[in-house]
Amino acid sequence: MSWTVKNLSLRFGDVNALTNVNMTITPGNIHAVIGGDGAGKSTLLKVLAGLDLHQTGQIHLPTPENIGFVPASGGIFGDLSVEENMEFVAQAYRLKNWKPRAKMLLKHCALDSFGDRISGQMSGGERRKLAGSMALLPKPGLVILDEVTTGVDPVSRMELWRLITRAASDGAAVVAAMTYLDEAERSATILLLHNGHVLASGRPQDIVAAIQGSIITQDTPTNRSLAWRRGRQWQQWDPNGTPDNTTSITLEDAAIVLELAQERAEERTQEGNPA
Amino acid sequence: MQAMIVKEFRQMRRDRRTVALMAGLPLLLLIVFGYAARFDVTEIDTALLGPGAVEMATTLDPVFNVVTVNELAGADVGQDLLRNSEAGVVFVHTDSGQSMLIDGTELFMAQSALRRVPPGFQPNLLFNPNLDTAKVMVPALIGLVLLFIGTVITSLGVVREREQGTLEQLAVMPLRAVDVIVGKIAPYFVVALLDITIVTLAGLWLFDVPFKGSFPMFALFSLTFIFVVLGLGVAISTVSKSQSEAIQLAIMLLLPQIMLSGMIFPLESMSAEVRWIGYFLPLTWFVIGARGILLKGTDPATLLFPLGILVLMAIVVFGIAVFRFHRDIAPKRSSNPTSPVSAAAVES
Repeated sequence: MSWTVKNLSLRFGDVNALTNVNMTITPGNIHAVIGGDGAGKSTLLKVLAGLDLHQTGQIHLPTPENIGFVPASGGIFGDLSVEENMEFVAQAYRLKNWKPRAKMLLKHCALDSFGDRISGQMSGGERRKLAGSMALLPKPGLVILDEVTTGVDPVSRMELWRLITRAASDGAAVVAAMTYLDEAERSATILLLHNGHVLASGRPQDIVAAIQGSIITQDTPTNRSLAWRRGRQWQQWDPNGTPDNTTSITLEDAAIVLELAQERAEERTQEGNPA
Repeated sequence: MQAMIVKEFRQMRRDRRTVALMAGLPLLLLIVFGYAARFDVTEIDTALLGPGAVEMATTLDPVFNVVTVNELAGADVGQDLLRNSEAGVVFVHTDSGQSMLIDGTELFMAQSALRRVPPGFQPNLLFNPNLDTAKVMVPALIGLVLLFIGTVITSLGVVREREQGTLEQLAVMPLRAVDVIVGKIAPYFVVALLDITIVTLAGLWLFDVPFKGSFPMFALFSLTFIFVVLGLGVAISTVSKSQSEAIQLAIMLLLPQIMLSGMIFPLESMSAEVRWIGYFLPLTWFVIGARGILLKGTDPATLLFPLGILVLMAIVVFGIAVFRFHRDIAPKRSSNPTSPVSAAAVES
């Protein structure tokens, strides 16, 4: 059973937050949603979580009992202790015999000794791990995570990823908005958003392979508008170049090239249609 | 320093509610309270009873506004008129003597009447013979405490949830909208019930406030008033984006209730330009009911009107608050996530 979104569109006033987004979400896989600020990642995830934002399109999703969601804003009740947060989720989802699973989830992210701790007083990473544990407690078929690892220390990130991959290996479909592209590379599929439009979607290696033109590595870029830093050197995109295998292209390179190509296309459109 | 001042002015300019508070509110308060804050009562509803009643009407000080004249009635009827707030002062003129009955629960009115006792009349203060301020204030303070709990604490509780973004979390959980709304408000209802019990018992015990009237009627007044104030709290939370905004709004709602409800200044002494505001404030009607029940043992039938007004306010305020909460605050879940959503709109 897979979940689908077809021709999903959504406007906030005059702004197109999402335009004709299509997505297929399959159990047992992690699907990454990436894009810059304001790309529409959080909006898409809210729709997937079941919020009614007056969207249009066809959406085929599980019922609320089968969805776990960690919003970008936190996802925990700061005045409650770790244990009370888990208990609230258990009661809201009408779970029985939930304590062993709660204990296991908290142990996997090193929060098992935090039972009485007020969650609002914990560090950012600890709060995100708790939010992740809360989302996974009801064993949802669809797990939706909005930048769950953003701003989290490397150890906590690793623990969170352990939770996420375990949920996927147990059969859950995971959709996660991400800011770290090294994390996105581990996903089964990627959806790259730009101003609410889908720039690319598919397997990470397919997105990288589909890049038009070539990317060359230089000490000093010859065209700064098409160049970006990579370590001590520069990567520069040549839209008319012939792809070669000498430069290793990462997902980050591919995402940057796709955004540059989109910006160039928008500029050409504006030049062709002066206001 | 210049940079700081410019930054501060820019921030202030964009915070329209604060600008309104700083510029408009002082002027409004000055005008409203200037008209309201009067200690001398210049018009006292008066009843004249007994065979000499008509004759007496021509000899009284103009401050006594005669509303009832009954030549057949005696002192017993006079007490009932005061108990049911149908008059503030009753003159009884019978063959056996003359007496002046004054409602002691209306402090400023009673003091004004005492300064104008006609010759030959012996003043008799009823319900509060020593004109004890505490006894008059405690019933009103019960209402004020409830008002504070209901508006400030409830609105902060809801706005905090909104600020933390956890309302979205609640919306995607398998909870019904009614679960979220009732679950959010019910604890404050219980706290308000506890508060009213504690404050009333403390008032009776510490200040020797009597409880002369009907307990069921007092319970009805309290429950209805709690619904009104909880509704105000939720309504504030629906228009406040932050806790500081909620506090600002709550203060703007609390101040007029303290000044214009008759809790401190008698409604009768306020000029007509602001007195009408008092009749739109829930505390006004709670104070009438609580003072009547506790201090005077007012007939429950007489209190049906103020209770009815409070019930009407509760229905309107609570209804609007829940509607706005449902519409503006509680994020909505797609009605049926497994079915097409407005597919036609896309196709068009």
